[in-house]
Amino acid sequence: MKMLMEGNHAVSWGVMLSRVQVLPVYPITPQTHISEALADFVAEGRLDARYIKVESEHSAMAACIGASTANARAFTATSSQGLALMHEMLHWAAGARLPIVMANVNRAIGSPWNIWNDQSDSMSQRDTGWLQFYAEDNQECLDSIILAYMVSEAVLVPSMVVLDAFILSHTQEAVEIPEAGDVDAILPTLANPNAIDIDVPRAYSPVVAPDNFTEVKYKQYRASEDAIKTIEEAGAKFKDAFGRDYPLVSPYMMDDAKAVLVAAGAVTGTVRKAVDALRREGKKAGMLKIRTFRPFPRDRVREVLQGVPNVGVLDKSVFPGAGGPIAQEVRASLYYSGKSNGGTPRVTGFVGGLGGRDITVSDVAHAFETIMKGKGTDDPIFLGLKK
Amino acid sequence: MSVDKAGVKGTKNGPIVSPLFTPGHLACPGCGGTLALNRVLNVLGKRTVIALPACCFSIITGAFPHMPLNVNLVHTAFETAAALATGLKAGFEMTGRGDVTVMAWAGDGGTFDIGLQALSGAAERNEDIFFFCYDNEAYMNTGNQRSGATPLGSWTTTTPTGETMDKKDIMGIIAAHHIPYAATASIAHLDDLDAKVKKGEEIKGTKFIHILSACPTGWRMPSDMTIKAARLAVKSRVFPLMEIFNGERRVLNYRPEELTHVRDYLGLQGRFSHLTDGEIEEIQRRVDERWKKLVASVDEVRPADDGIEYI
Ligand code: SF4
Repeated sequence: MKMLMEGNHAVSWGVMLSRVQVLPVYPITPQTHISEALADFVAEGRLDARYIKVESEHSAMAACIGASTANARAFTATSSQGLALMHEMLHWAAGARLPIVMANVNRAIGSPWNIWNDQSDSMSQRDTGWLQFYAEDNQECLDSIILAYMVSEAVLVPSMVVLDAFILSHTQEAVEIPEAGDVDAILPTLANPNAIDIDVPRAYSPVVAPDNFTEVKYKQYRASEDAIKTIEEAGAKFKDAFGRDYPLVSPYMMDDAKAVLVAAGAVTGTVRKAVDALRREGKKAGMLKIRTFRPFPRDRVREVLQGVPNVGVLDKSVFPGAGGPIAQEVRASLYYSGKSNGGTPRVTGFVGGLGGRDITVSDVAHAFETIMKGKGTDDPIFLGLKK
Repeated sequence: MSVDKAGVKGTKNGPIVSPLFTPGHLACPGCGGTLALNRVLNVLGKRTVIALPACCFSIITGAFPHMPLNVNLVHTAFETAAALATGLKAGFEMTGRGDVTVMAWAGDGGTFDIGLQALSGAAERNEDIFFFCYDNEAYMNTGNQRSGATPLGSWTTTTPTGETMDKKDIMGIIAAHHIPYAATASIAHLDDLDAKVKKGEEIKGTKFIHILSACPTGWRMPSDMTIKAARLAVKSRVFPLMEIFNGERRVLNYRPEELTHVRDYLGLQGRFSHLTDGEIEEIQRRVDERWKKLVASVDEVRPADDGIEYI
């Protein structure tokens, strides 16, 4: 069945189809439509879940942790300041190895106040131990929720599905809705080995002294790395069931590309348009879409960017003192590729779309021209910066 | 009356020590909190899960792989006892195990201060959980810094000249949420504590029990003074034993026959040793004033479990 729906509602449908059982939610713009639709689903009896109107995002994540520890499938949604407030509990959920899934509707983070889109909120949480998936369109929003549960429950690492505020969250697109039974077939009932068995008393997240702490963290690290394989396996299963493909990274027009822009989220649509326009002019432009940001698919990125003379990265967030986060990751991935493949590409960071500023096709074309001329710098270049 | 003079040998409801809380834990000698948890677990039994925020019990229950409890224990961040308990209960309900008792076991910091927001949320939603505050009247686990529960005049490491504010009225705050059952309890009145936990067990919704848990380490007194101090807190009317039903009907469980001056209670504890006679009289004046208001507000004066004496 196809339905016209906004990205937020696509997320809610993904949650319903995943048969989530506990929904602790706290409203924040631009996430609220997710929670509202879920409230309706529960009220109408279409989703058998406990909907908990918690008093803060911090408590929302704490309640998700409780529910997941009791072996229930848990979900929450947030944005921006709310995600920042949850930060402590994100570490706690990941450290406890709980397969919680959350949607984060990307919104700028204060100060100053800004309710519009950029990716600084989720990027600030990149090191909390959560998997992060960036969606390009509303179909991907829905499908990613199901995929996230498949992956999280296999590797016992929580997942964040990330969608750009307003660009996806409030914009309607046609979305194919999977049949519930088909989803059940690839996402069976949760059986978390880290959940409470009431007859076997254990301490969950106890004090762990220096003689064991490293080992716990090593296992957590390994589980995240192993998720790369699990994401590919889940993607293959999903493709078999529904025909839609969700690889870790998607190269576009890259076979003979001389200049490639790396990007994540909805802006990849704009970059694709710019690549098409440049190709029509005979310029060899290409794009690498990053769907999985955590774990960062270093090997795949290295493989596809090998031999490309000029690489640019388009970040929708900037970390003062360090530049754009995706640019950092891409540079780090390429570090060892130098000798064997004819030189490490020069990587130039671009920062755009902050606080809801549009990124236009001509902005992107301008970025391409800069890297094609070999005019890259170590410092990020801010697109459309007013003088 | 089965509580003996020292108040630690046993009660009519059975032994002090619960098979669910075993020896070998890491509490200071004489810790009132451990006595309280023993009693609570004795009543609630095996199908209980504890939500535990940062507090003395994060340490008392031992570093991995040691665990002195025979019930499941979920450690969590300081602010989250009530929110975690909410999620646990919802998770059990949604997976067909709604009979599991979920209780939060929080110190005064995790209740009066950093944990108050989540507690308020859970109470407002009337979550079907027990929330126990074992109140040792300061942040004892980090070395005795003042909390919202620290009483007027008390020395702590962050009130080196004595606390200048009155203890936060947590029962008043809780009562304002109109939860079905709220009570105070003391480790010197174990049958009363048992009766209150039992009463809570019968009630669906949020149960809040505030237990004054004398702490020899932080209160600066010998470890064999725990019960005596807790008993004197009740007898001097500093810590009244009471119940509040639905935020409205108030019951006073104990009315001392003769007045014990707060001097006897404060004098046991090093944390009050710097107080002048004038300051002690001021504390007495405030205690009297609060007691008068309390007695005027109660609907009934009776023991929590009829037939139990409290002196
Ligand atoms: S500091 Fe006080 S409350 Fe904490 S373990 Fe020691 S005696 Fe018990």
